[in-house]
Amino acid sequence: MNIAIKTRDLSVVKSGKKILNRVSISLPEGKIIGLLGPSGAGKTTLVRTLIGRQKIEEGEVKVGGLNADASELREIIGYMPQTPAVYFDLTVKQNLRYFASMRGAQQEEADRLIVDVDLGPQTNQLVSTLSEGQKSRVSLAISLIGKPKIILLDEPTIGIDPVLRAELWDKFKDLSHQGVTILVTSHVMDEAEHCDYLLLIRDGEILFYGTPAQLKNRTKSKTVEASFLKLVRER
Amino acid sequence: MNIFSTFATTRRVLSQLIHDHRTMALLLLVPPILITILKYVFDGDERLFNSIAPVLLGIFPLIMMFLVTSIATLRERSRGTLDRLMTLPVAKVDILLGYMIAFSVVALVQVSLTCLVMFSFLDVSIAGDIGTVLLVAVLSALLGTSAGLFASAFAQSEFQAVQFMPAFIFPQLLTCGLFTVRDKMADFLQWMSDFLPLTYCVDATKEAVLHSDWSSTLTNDILVMVAFIVGFVALSVVSIKRLD
Repeated sequence: MNIAIKTRDLSVVKSGKKILNRVSISLPEGKIIGLLGPSGAGKTTLVRTLIGRQKIEEGEVKVGGLNADASELREIIGYMPQTPAVYFDLTVKQNLRYFASMRGAQQEEADRLIVDVDLGPQTNQLVSTLSEGQKSRVSLAISLIGKPKIILLDEPTIGIDPVLRAELWDKFKDLSHQGVTILVTSHVMDEAEHCDYLLLIRDGEILFYGTPAQLKNRTKSKTVEASFLKLVRER
Repeated sequence: MNIFSTFATTRRVLSQLIHDHRTMALLLLVPPILITILKYVFDGDERLFNSIAPVLLGIFPLIMMFLVTSIATLRERSRGTLDRLMTLPVAKVDILLGYMIAFSVVALVQVSLTCLVMFSFLDVSIAGDIGTVLLVAVLSALLGTSAGLFASAFAQSEFQAVQFMPAFIFPQLLTCGLFTVRDKMADFLQWMSDFLPLTYCVDATKEAVLHSDWSSTLTNDILVMVAFIVGFVALSVVSIKRLD
């Protein structure tokens, strides 16, 4: 199995505080990996390190075989930050088309992605007038522009209703079947069932890596949430 | 550098402005209104009004574009869109140039409208060439935009960005030669104003307004303005960090 994301002894320090502590992971290509943990666990910092936006204290990071600071990395990754990070004073279409231009992608692809995230009726609506969930979907669509090989989504399902959330997970599965690697962060443990692999993180350290079934089997628990609590108490 | 990314950014910034009707109205209408007010401030002194009003054509674009750009860029930083752009295969300078072209277009419309009001309704006449005046005005806008891009790096809120206006622009306004010839100022102020961009902006506007032929003074002033623009853009590129 090819490795899409690899870190070795990765440590990140911010304002004198160690946010990631000697994190070593190897994540396979073409899978959905859930990065789960409570708020402040280091999920966003790990994602920002993987997209090359975070200075590292020590260790090594390879994404798609490239160093995290390599400019070529920006050609192959898609990134959705935790906050919507879109232009509120532009329409949905103008946002998508702008980011498509910046990525060198076709305008038609931008228009298609609007439909994919179920924002067709809102195409010409200003983003400022959308609900929070709809803003997140604009942000998600932007991260999918240019058919990236590795997509990093920071809490993509916050504020999204259950029906659309299920549809989004179907979309992620479609993408992973096409060979795209998807790293999804969440603090909601029940999202774990959708993932091929789980990375549980707490206080900047990886508590567990494996499939959801392996996790439940190891902790003899019925849910991922119970497993997580058990792992925390074991430490 | 990628020209497509630059023009995409220009189009995006202009679209944002077009959606913001109030800002557009303020940008385009405030200068002609202020010039009109000035006309009646100097109601009995036509000669004084004629000497001051055209020089403002070079000052308005700098001040307004400085303010608009510093706030727009700060918003780009605080809302995370700049952060997102940094994860894309684009050069920082492409984004900055996109901003500069967009605001130059706005400045051109702004100054054209102000010229129209000034020359058609307020009976101001100039000896110089109107094309040269417009060129200096666009350079002034580029100067304001590039300085605003740089200044935004030092502001953490829109409130702070607005405070840069009295801190950065007002000292230049007082010493640029608009209110009194620079030779009459205290030596240290003359020396200080030699290093401030608005001085050259006002000098260039005066040259363009007063002389029909292109003088070497105008060339020098424009070269200094261009140097400031390049310097501010370079500093802005450095101020946008790819790594936190």
